[in-house]
Amino acid sequence: MTDQNNKPESLWPLYEVFLRPRNGLSHKHVGSLHAADDEMALQNARDVYTRRGEAMSIWVVPSKAIIASAPDERDSLIEPSTEERKPYRHPTFYDIPDEVGHM
Amino acid sequence: MYTQALSTERPAPASAVEDPALLARFQARIDAEERIEPMDWMPKAYRQTLIRQISQHAHSEIIGMQPEGNWLTRAPSLKRKLQLLAKIQDEGGHGLYLYSAAETLGVSREELVGQLLSGKAKYSSIFNYPTLSWADIGAIGWLVDGAAIMNQIPLCRCSYGPYARAMILICKEESFHQRQGYEIMMTLAKGTPKQKAMAQDALNRWWWPSVMMFGPSDKDSVHSDQAMRWKIKRFTNDALRQKFVDATVPQAHYLGLTIPDPDLTYDEASKHWITGPIDWDEFWRVVKGEGPCNKQRLETRRKVHDDGAWVREAAEAFAAKRRKAKRAAAA
Repeated sequence: MTDQNNKPESLWPLYEVFLRPRNGLSHKHVGSLHAADDEMALQNARDVYTRRGEAMSIWVVPSKAIIASAPDERDSLIEPSTEERKPYRHPTFYDIPDEVGHM
Repeated sequence: MYTQALSTERPAPASAVEDPALLARFQARIDAEERIEPMDWMPKAYRQTLIRQISQHAHSEIIGMQPEGNWLTRAPSLKRKLQLLAKIQDEGGHGLYLYSAAETLGVSREELVGQLLSGKAKYSSIFNYPTLSWADIGAIGWLVDGAAIMNQIPLCRCSYGPYARAMILICKEESFHQRQGYEIMMTLAKGTPKQKAMAQDALNRWWWPSVMMFGPSDKDSVHSDQAMRWKIKRFTNDALRQKFVDATVPQAHYLGLTIPDPDLTYDEASKHWITGPIDWDEFWRVVKGEGPCNKQRLETRRKVHDDGAWVREAAEAFAAKRRKAKRAAAA
């Protein structure tokens, strides 16, 4: 902070951190961190997010690399496929007589 | 650990500056217990309140490493030293979770750290008290982290998604902090008369600052109403303080220690422990920079930041070297 020539830490790229708690489960987003490069991001993710053996596997992804849907497109994105609009995509839409048994 | 709601400046009323239709839709989402996520529309005052609260909280975690670090090299056994080291690492980690949650609101890490180092940002005033004996490490875990847990559990349901998720991570780890503190107090309280006196002395010094951690009384709290409407806050300062007192007084009795409050009484009707008057003048003195350690805490933080500059530079130089080697290998 005192030396203007120092590159401040926040100019290091932002990475998103994903953890797989154990095999059989998907990686799940837990937070983010800054790092000078990919290797340091992985090391920092280990130190910051897995102090109690929370992960069998760690992913770090440059935040820039994530392509996200925009919140104001939510209506056109989600609404056409809601249960209200397309109830016939759900099993409960179909009436099956009780005597047929579980289906 | 936790930051109290401390701001002294009142933000512009939300309704004065925002589109009423957007504002109504936002409030409806909050009322429906929907979480607000980083890319969603939000009132400017909501964003500002969260940036201030989350960053104060992050700064508190970082500054909170100092009073405990004071005893790392003098812990009474290797076991206690490892436990304390793990706790201090957690505080650092909590600070980092919170800074990254604050950054989702569009503020940079550099700006937040700059506000701490310049003295512009506030952090929890509890960390401006000194840790004079080993028993203080027990009292901090038991009382300060105990108070923090009371505050942080409702924050796990805060309306802002990234803050709520950071709080869930933090709460999981915080429970160890409180239990290790109480265990230290128990060991001392059951020890020699001198050890027990140490424990009592620590309780005497940390009790009132811990009670004040919940922030000003509801009648003097600037932001409570709006923060409650926005579900950033779920309980008032006084309600949380009461929960803490009710939980902690019997724990002190179990230790055979005396709460340093001659007016403390149990009210049979309400089933609450009622404390004597709180010295808010002391609270505001410490908030405004006149606590025993304010100057030392900031000076240490600045020194650590400056002394760490070469590490950041080395990390960058090494990253650049690795990039170059990768390019050479690819060519």
